[in-house]
Amino acid sequence: MSDDDLPASITALIDVPRYDETSDFPVERGYIWTSCASTENANPLYWDDDVAAELTGGPIAAPSMLSTWFRPHHWAPGLDVQRLPLQVHFDLKDQLGLPEAVMSDNTTIFYEPVRPGDVISTCQRLRSVSAEKQTKLGIGRFWVIDVEYRNDRGELVGIESWTGFGYRRDAA
Amino acid sequence: MTTTIVRRTLDQVAVGDPLPELRYDVSATTVVVGALATRDWRPQHHDYAFATQRNGVRDIFLNAPNQAAWFERYLTDWSGPTGRLARMSFRMHDSIFPGDTMVFTASVTSVDVDETGCGWVGLDVLVAVEDRTCTTCAARIALPVTADDNPWARHGERWVP
Repeated sequence: MSDDDLPASITALIDVPRYDETSDFPVERGYIWTSCASTENANPLYWDDDVAAELTGGPIAAPSMLSTWFRPHHWAPGLDVQRLPLQVHFDLKDQLGLPEAVMSDNTTIFYEPVRPGDVISTCQRLRSVSAEKQTKLGIGRFWVIDVEYRNDRGELVGIESWTGFGYRRDAA
Repeated sequence: MTTTIVRRTLDQVAVGDPLPELRYDVSATTVVVGALATRDWRPQHHDYAFATQRNGVRDIFLNAPNQAAWFERYLTDWSGPTGRLARMSFRMHDSIFPGDTMVFTASVTSVDVDETGCGWVGLDVLVAVEDRTCTTCAARIALPVTADDNPWARHGERWVP
C-alpha cells in the first residue's frame, strides 16, 4: 500500500479536534505521591508544603504526570464498554485493520502548572498518518496524535504529541 | 536523615557538562507500580502472558508515561526544585523489562537566556540497559539565572517553553 491507499475517511480526520473530554476526577495528591514513589522522586516540591508554598504558591502536580489526568477509570458503574485513553489511536487501529500498536515517541510542552483540585479537559487531534512501513514488529503505519490539556480556568497546561505505530504481526 | 537540597543556577552550568549517572534495578513491581501511578491499565504493563503472546516481547515492560516520570526525576535530582521542566521529547527504541538495570546519563547541550530573561538549559538524556539504547530524550528545563530568581513565578508571555 502507498500513501494513496490511505482511506479518505482517515484523511478527513487530520487536524480535526475530537473527543473533547473532562477528567473523571479532580487532580489529587494521592496520585502525585504515588507517581513520585514509583520513581523514588524526592523533589521537595511534591513532599514539603513549605517548599511548594515558597516556589509555586502551593502544591502542584509533577509536570510529567499530565497524561495521568485524562486516563479514564478502568471501570465505572453503568459502563458497558471500557473507555480508552487516546481514543483516536484505537480508532485508527480499528479503521486501518492494525490489531497491534506501540507508542514510539512522545513530546510534551508544559505551560501552567497543574494543581490539586484542577479539573483537566482535553481534546485530541490526528496530525498525520504514514504510508505502510516494514519494521521488526511487522508491517504497519506510524501516526501522530496531539492532546491539548486545559484546566477548569481555561488555561493551557500542556500539549502532548504521541507517535504510535499500528501493525500486523503476521505480516512480519 | 537530612537531605541537602540542590538549587542549581544557570551560571553553574556549561555546555558539555555531564549529569551524574543514575542506575536503577527494574523489577516487575517497578513496572506495575509505574503503570498504576499513571492510570495505564493496558495489559502489556502488568500481564506477562499478554505481553509475551500478544505483543511478542519477553516480559511486561515499562510504560511511556512512567518513563516520562523517570526523566523528570532524573533531571530535577540535578536541578533541584527550582528547575522547571518546559519540554521533553523522547523516543523509545527498545523496551525496559523486569531484571534490567536501567542507567540514565545526560549532558548539557545548550545554555541560554531568552528575551524575557528566563534561563534555559537543553539536555540530551539516554536510558540504556547494558549495551541496549532503550530511550533517548531531549529536554529543556528552566533554571534560575540568579539565586533569588524563580522560574515557577513565570506565567503567560513570560513563560515560553
